[in-house]
Amino acid sequence: MLDNLQLLFVYAPVMNVQMILDGIFVGAVFALSAYGLALVWGVMNVKNLAQGDFVILGGYVAFSLYKMGVHPVLSIPIVAVVMFMFGWLVYISIIRRVIDNDMFVSLLATFGLSLLLQQVMNLIYGPEVQTIDSHFPIATMFDDFVTIPMVKVVSLILAAAFAATVVIFMKKSRMGQAIRATAQDARAARVLGINTDNVFAFTFSLNASICGVAGVLVSMIWVLQPFYGIVYSLRTFAIVTAAGLGNLPAVIGMSFALGWVEQYAGIIAGAEWQVAAAVFMLLGVLMWRQIQLRRQRQVVR
Amino acid sequence: MTKNQTLLYLAIAVSGVLGPILFPNYIQQMAVLWVMVLMASTWDITGGQMGYNSLGNITFFGVGMYVSAVIQVSMFYDIGLYTASYGAIKPEFTDEQYFTGLAMGIIAAGVVCVVLARLLGTVVFGLRGPYFAIGTLGVAIAAGQIAGTIDTIGGGAGISMPFLPLDIQYRSIFFYIICFSLAILSHFTIRWMFSTQFGLAANAIRDDEDKAEAMGIPTMKYKQFGWGVAAFYMGCIGAVFGNMVGYIEPIEVAFPAPTFGIFMVAMALLGGKGTLWGPVLGAVLFHVVKETTWTYLLGWQWVALGLILIVNIVYFQQGIMGWLQTKYPEKFGIVVDQSTTQAKEEA
Repeated sequence: MLDNLQLLFVYAPVMNVQMILDGIFVGAVFALSAYGLALVWGVMNVKNLAQGDFVILGGYVAFSLYKMGVHPVLSIPIVAVVMFMFGWLVYISIIRRVIDNDMFVSLLATFGLSLLLQQVMNLIYGPEVQTIDSHFPIATMFDDFVTIPMVKVVSLILAAAFAATVVIFMKKSRMGQAIRATAQDARAARVLGINTDNVFAFTFSLNASICGVAGVLVSMIWVLQPFYGIVYSLRTFAIVTAAGLGNLPAVIGMSFALGWVEQYAGIIAGAEWQVAAAVFMLLGVLMWRQIQLRRQRQVVR
Repeated sequence: MTKNQTLLYLAIAVSGVLGPILFPNYIQQMAVLWVMVLMASTWDITGGQMGYNSLGNITFFGVGMYVSAVIQVSMFYDIGLYTASYGAIKPEFTDEQYFTGLAMGIIAAGVVCVVLARLLGTVVFGLRGPYFAIGTLGVAIAAGQIAGTIDTIGGGAGISMPFLPLDIQYRSIFFYIICFSLAILSHFTIRWMFSTQFGLAANAIRDDEDKAEAMGIPTMKYKQFGWGVAAFYMGCIGAVFGNMVGYIEPIEVAFPAPTFGIFMVAMALLGGKGTLWGPVLGAVLFHVVKETTWTYLLGWQWVALGLILIVNIVYFQQGIMGWLQTKYPEKFGIVVDQSTTQAKEEA
């Protein structure tokens, strides 16, 4: 551990550049799925534990298209549409029935969904690790100390473009306005003639679609495996809980922060600690919030 | 204890004793059944009765397993050497060494888990509702990952447990007896707990924690106590389970959050959470269905499990006991006050 710290800060400080860049690349993917979760959580108060599995599923759809000869960058719109329809299906069959219940019910129902998706993907694609080779060149900097695969840069640009599209859609379009109105006050929105059931269905499908696009990026820059979903779910929950709902800049900021924390935890403490890092960040934020709350609550003992 | 309850306990005792005698080929499965009963019942202390739905009680299962393994081996040998050999060196344990090691291991597992629950509780019990569930799930998954990095306890390769120095045919019956008695013990502990003031306080916390606090109930103390009891039994059963399986591995055996960690919640929900008998009934049903259908599904068993979980939660939330309670409230001593319901209907 000390050796690694020395390596980072004494012998080769230039490695930090690599880590920060990698943190940004992975943070962009986290930001997409975290924004989707914040949307669903904020609008319909459903905590989707299958979030990570939606990401992996999107990746596998792109993988199937890649096998048929479609370039992953071009498959993004197709995946977005497919996942949108899938999200609508899930909403009709499961989410609609748990939406009015207490929050733990939605959590458990989506956990069951996550289990189901994992196993179906395992049966179809097998437990092997898969990846898509998109044939982009690799650039190097600082005498080959820092390598930047162009595919990661492309994925960062694509993530930013897609996020911008979604944000503009939420701000300008009629449906986006309806979603935001429902998030503020579902009952008032219903009184004013918004079909909230439709809005909920659309929001959930939009989330699935966002996750699907994140999955395509994962399949390009990382690897796919049927059981990796739960880790993404934990990461998204850590990000959204830490950032708070409906706070888009904070969600993006926390995503990059988590990307960096994972990179540094991975190199300093060992690769196995990367997953634990997300959990520790979650627990750390929750503890900090609790200390703040305790100060406010002033319980008489 | 009423006459019906005495009969019920008698029936359970008889089936628990006769079961392994009549079906000697299924002793291992029956031992796992009692493990499941214990898991579901202890989950219900905080989950059903207190409204703190933990998805991470499995942490104590794994911690108990590892604690007992370390104690059992390191009392007589160097644990580092033992695990570094990956089971190639099989040190001989004398009868006396094995049984004192096992007893010490089980007790130590329980105690360590209580201490761990106390420490974790100060962090996670500040969370409410879904945050609590996510936080505890995170703890369970992180625990599995961290256990895989510690080389002294075998790291990702795991650790093989000492052999039981009895004849091989007595092996499963030996562990069956321990599992059965632990399940019964935990049941009576929970029964006793909910006959005291603790039960009232737990249900008050479930219904409205802020009001309960305002009424002067030390909610934190009750939450810690309930979780501590659950942790103690989960630790003990983890220690026994580790010895029963004979081989501990961090992700699949010790911290199986997506399988056993969810099974216990599913079982408690299936039987009806927040009741004494619901989790027991749910565990028996779940385990019997799982064991009888598992072999015929050929790879689709996990898909079926996810489906069962979804259908159970989406369409049948109140569980069997909850359904019976709404159907026949008078059998459960619940009196429906007609005047208030009528007033509500008229309003």
